[in-house]
Amino acid sequence: MTYLYVAYAATWAIHIAYLITVVRRYSRLKQEVEQMHKKKS
Amino acid sequence: MSAAPSGITLATLTKDLRLEWRSKDAINSMLFFALLVVVVFSFSFDPVAEESRQIAGGLVWVAFLFAAVVALNQTWARELRNQVLDAYRVSPAPANSLFLAKAMGNFLFVGVLEALMTPLFVVFYKLRVLGPAWQLLPVAILGTWAIVVNGTFFAAMSLRTRSREIMLPLLLFPITIPALLSMVEATTTILVGDPSTSAKFWIVLLATYDVVFTTGCLALFETVLHAE
Amino acid sequence: MKKAFPILGLLTAGLLSYALYEGLVVAPKEQTMGEVQRIFYYHVPSAWTAFLLFFINFLASVQYLVRRDPKTDKIANWVVITIGVLTCVAPYAIPSLVPAGARASSIATTGVALVGLYFLIKKFFSEQETDMLALTTAEVGVVFCTVVLVTGPLWARPVWGIWWTWDVRLTSTLVLWLIYVSYLVLRRFSSSGQTPVLAAALAVFGALDVPLVYFSIWFFRTQHPQPVIGGGGSIDPRMLHVLLINWLAFLCFAFLVCWSRYRLERMKREVEETQALEALLEPRSALR
Repeated sequence: MTYLYVAYAATWAIHIAYLITVVRRYSRLKQEVEQMHKKKS
Repeated sequence: MSAAPSGITLATLTKDLRLEWRSKDAINSMLFFALLVVVVFSFSFDPVAEESRQIAGGLVWVAFLFAAVVALNQTWARELRNQVLDAYRVSPAPANSLFLAKAMGNFLFVGVLEALMTPLFVVFYKLRVLGPAWQLLPVAILGTWAIVVNGTFFAAMSLRTRSREIMLPLLLFPITIPALLSMVEATTTILVGDPSTSAKFWIVLLATYDVVFTTGCLALFETVLHAE
Repeated sequence: MKKAFPILGLLTAGLLSYALYEGLVVAPKEQTMGEVQRIFYYHVPSAWTAFLLFFINFLASVQYLVRRDPKTDKIANWVVITIGVLTCVAPYAIPSLVPAGARASSIATTGVALVGLYFLIKKFFSEQETDMLALTTAEVGVVFCTVVLVTGPLWARPVWGIWWTWDVRLTSTLVLWLIYVSYLVLRRFSSSGQTPVLAAALAVFGALDVPLVYFSIWFFRTQHPQPVIGGGGSIDPRMLHVLLINWLAFLCFAFLVCWSRYRLERMKREVEETQALEALLEPRSALR
């Protein structure tokens, strides 16, 4: 039975881990864009 | 250049072979590497004669695969060193001729390595072929071509990537899995010689793999060569 | 466009929760395997989603390659249409062509899906966008494929006592995963000028490989029989219902993840372009 819960938990762990990497890259990119704007103005 | 494509292929091939022959250190180091692979594998797996027939097929082909990868990296590296690749790209010669020449050169080179490694394996594993031994020839030819045709293509693709040497096996191994399975199973079937089994399906599958991927490589090589 | 995202997100979350409930509570308990069988409701939809994403990646890669030249583009259009027509007509006209275990309707559906998706991608994505689509679907596809490869053994272990078996579907999935991970590595390691073309070529090779992988393992299995994971045969209609709900939920989820990843990629490329332009226009300040 534990296998069932481990499997479901693992599924979501994998998806959430990927989403975290996407979000992190996104915020890093946003920071870069802001820095570029600051340099211009 | 109005030379026929086959003429260009032959010319490139002879040039490559001549270069290989002149730079004997490359050949010698490859031969020694091949010997080392056989010895190391033989130390790691020291089976009784009965078992050896079961696993020798797999071991032999994995050893060939590794030797082939080292050889493939070598042949393109030389082109890159002398910026020959750029010369090919601007020449009007069709890219396919270049590809075929390289693939055939690699095929001969890897074939020589295999021919030298095989007797060593037979000795170390006390191998005796129980099935139709002649079938080993088409398996060897088709199998080697399968590795070499895709290997040449991916080596060309890896040329301008970072970590070029690891890139080739990384790209080659997954795609070669069905061919590898066919080669290993065919060889094992022939070695074990069980009359109820036949290597024919594997040989046909290998031939199909070769046709499919040779066509694919020829179709896409021009695109890959000019990619940028 | 941006407002739709949170709304869709909430809807998807709701759908996923509903699907989870269905899978864990509503679906009937399996006779031989017990509760563990419910992993099936996550394992199978993830596999179908991964395959769909990889299929889109293949179509996008082909498009990227053919659209560089208007001639090949036209030829490709006709080839796709021909394949579509053939898959709709041939299985019904010549029933002997249909391999055992497949149905004429599934072949026809695949054909229609191929044609539909191909032309949809063509309409909505420009050449560069096709490349971004290929990258996105490959990445998200690998994520879903990883889920399949993790849930598979977790299901196999309690039911059949082994973590792994060289079963046709599981092994084919593993090889597909390996091919696409190598695809992602190639994208990361190659210089940005040629990446799209090289990656597209690799995707085409991967697609050519898949049927060969399937056949080679299928025959290997007939020579060396081993337990079949995932079972075959008919499925209880109530279970099918739950399965489809879960698939729908995961498809919506995959869509949202792809959309986010796509937006990230688009932003990244815009930033790179701007930086490249700035470096060109202000050489002296760049040197400072």
